[in-house]
Amino acid sequence: MESERDDGRSPSQLRPLSCARNVLHRAHGSASWSQGDTKVLAAVYGPKAGTKKNENPEKACIEVIWKPKTGQIGKQEKEFEMILKRTLQSICILTLNPNTTTSIIVQVVNDDGALLVCAINAACAALIDAGIPLKHLAVAICCCLAEGGYVILDPTKLEEQKMRGFAYLVFPNSVVSVLPKGSSHVEGEPMEHGIITSVTHGVMSVEEYLKCLERGRAASTKLSDLLRRSLQSQLPA
Amino acid sequence: MGLPDASGDLSSEMEVDAFRRLFPLRYFERHLSESIRPDARPLGRARDTTLALGAVASAHGSALAKIGSTTMLAAIKMEVMTPSTESPDEGSIAIDFHMPPICSPIVRPGRPAEAAPVISKQLSDTISSSGMINLKELSLVSGKAAWMAYLDIYCLDADGALFDAALLSAVAAFSHLQIPIVSLNDDGKIELVSEEDDGAKLEVEPVNKEKRKLTLSSIPYSLTCILHKNYILADPTAEEESIMETAVTVVLDSSSRLVSFYKPGGPVLAHTSAVQDCVALTRQRVKELQNILDETLSGMEID
Repeated sequence: MESERDDGRSPSQLRPLSCARNVLHRAHGSASWSQGDTKVLAAVYGPKAGTKKNENPEKACIEVIWKPKTGQIGKQEKEFEMILKRTLQSICILTLNPNTTTSIIVQVVNDDGALLVCAINAACAALIDAGIPLKHLAVAICCCLAEGGYVILDPTKLEEQKMRGFAYLVFPNSVVSVLPKGSSHVEGEPMEHGIITSVTHGVMSVEEYLKCLERGRAASTKLSDLLRRSLQSQLPA
Repeated sequence: MGLPDASGDLSSEMEVDAFRRLFPLRYFERHLSESIRPDARPLGRARDTTLALGAVASAHGSALAKIGSTTMLAAIKMEVMTPSTESPDEGSIAIDFHMPPICSPIVRPGRPAEAAPVISKQLSDTISSSGMINLKELSLVSGKAAWMAYLDIYCLDADGALFDAALLSAVAAFSHLQIPIVSLNDDGKIELVSEEDDGAKLEVEPVNKEKRKLTLSSIPYSLTCILHKNYILADPTAEEESIMETAVTVVLDSSSRLVSFYKPGGPVLAHTSAVQDCVALTRQRVKELQNILDETLSGMEID
């Protein structure tokens, strides 16, 4: 039996999403993304000349700065920076502008659950706004495992803390709306079904994790349709 | 794209070491096509692992873990503190991971390594998620005194798979931990009973004479794998990690439940088959690590 969630949503219902681009005027690209009460602002500056000391100069370099809402920068922020940097590195075309650095600054405006997910979506929208060439978009979703073993999507902070475990999953966004026949398949699965990033908390069985992956994929296709529609409508005619 | 023919010709004239430095990816792919790695391991095998308990005599619990060349030293120091009001009968654990400059040529003094806070946070999350330690066991007097365990892990040699070695050394240090005996003195404060007083008459009864070791339930074990095209390489060295950037860390506990599936981005996507393969490799590794830990602990008991 599926029990009611606190805010009356069904298990696979996402919170109201809103995405606004070009919100900051000095930044080369910016976006604000909110899912329910969680709101994140992302700004992109770049490409700028030069790379950091230990980075490969034959490729473009991505730098992420995460600013929490309150408090000092600690280990949590460093971990988010690393995850965001690696996720965005896999979607940007790094060979186009070698020996340059693109900086992405993420500012947390409010945290009500699924913060990393919101930040990844905001950073992608900001990269689009800046015109940085991307291979495909990254669509992030948070799947939470409830007591009965069923999966609920897009939890609030209270739900995250109460639940047995949750997983942040990032999938690639498909380039075309309808997959043509003979599109790139890897072992019988289309490319869009691979995960770019996965971060889990709490204990779950392996089957429950695979169930989360399935639900996450289904939700990410809906989310990527929404993204494509909302981002396309803001392009100049 | 490069000059595949040129490197093919060069390889016959060049020394192996030079080819390894100049064309690292091609060097590894030549090996992978024969299902072997440069250090002669098959793709799914981890490096030799050793554990030594009690490496730091002054700490209350310590362990030295080596996976191949990666070496981690973990030490636990216990201190009495007042528990917080929200959880008056629970102690707490503070985990810190350090990468001193000795471990790798990339780490310089004064500028902390980028990986250190990330692995530190991953370790705290994994140990608290897995429920290995019951914080209520760290309580002394409810509401007034509880143990704070400071776990410090030092990386002495960073040769890939840092998280695996760090988790193993942390688990071994907690297994080795001997909680010091304390007693309640007249002022109502907890003080440590020193070992030499045992012969003389004790004025006060020790508060925790019987409970000296922690019970560890569902111990987490981890394995890091690298995904490259269709290959899955278990337990990478630092060289493999720098060339093939997609790493997946799977943490399973002793009852095969998934504590963490950590894939922080990377150019290669993980499909369901890759997920299941990584989990299968980790299950094998869990059995190996359980044996090593049990052998090391029983070796200590005999002493």
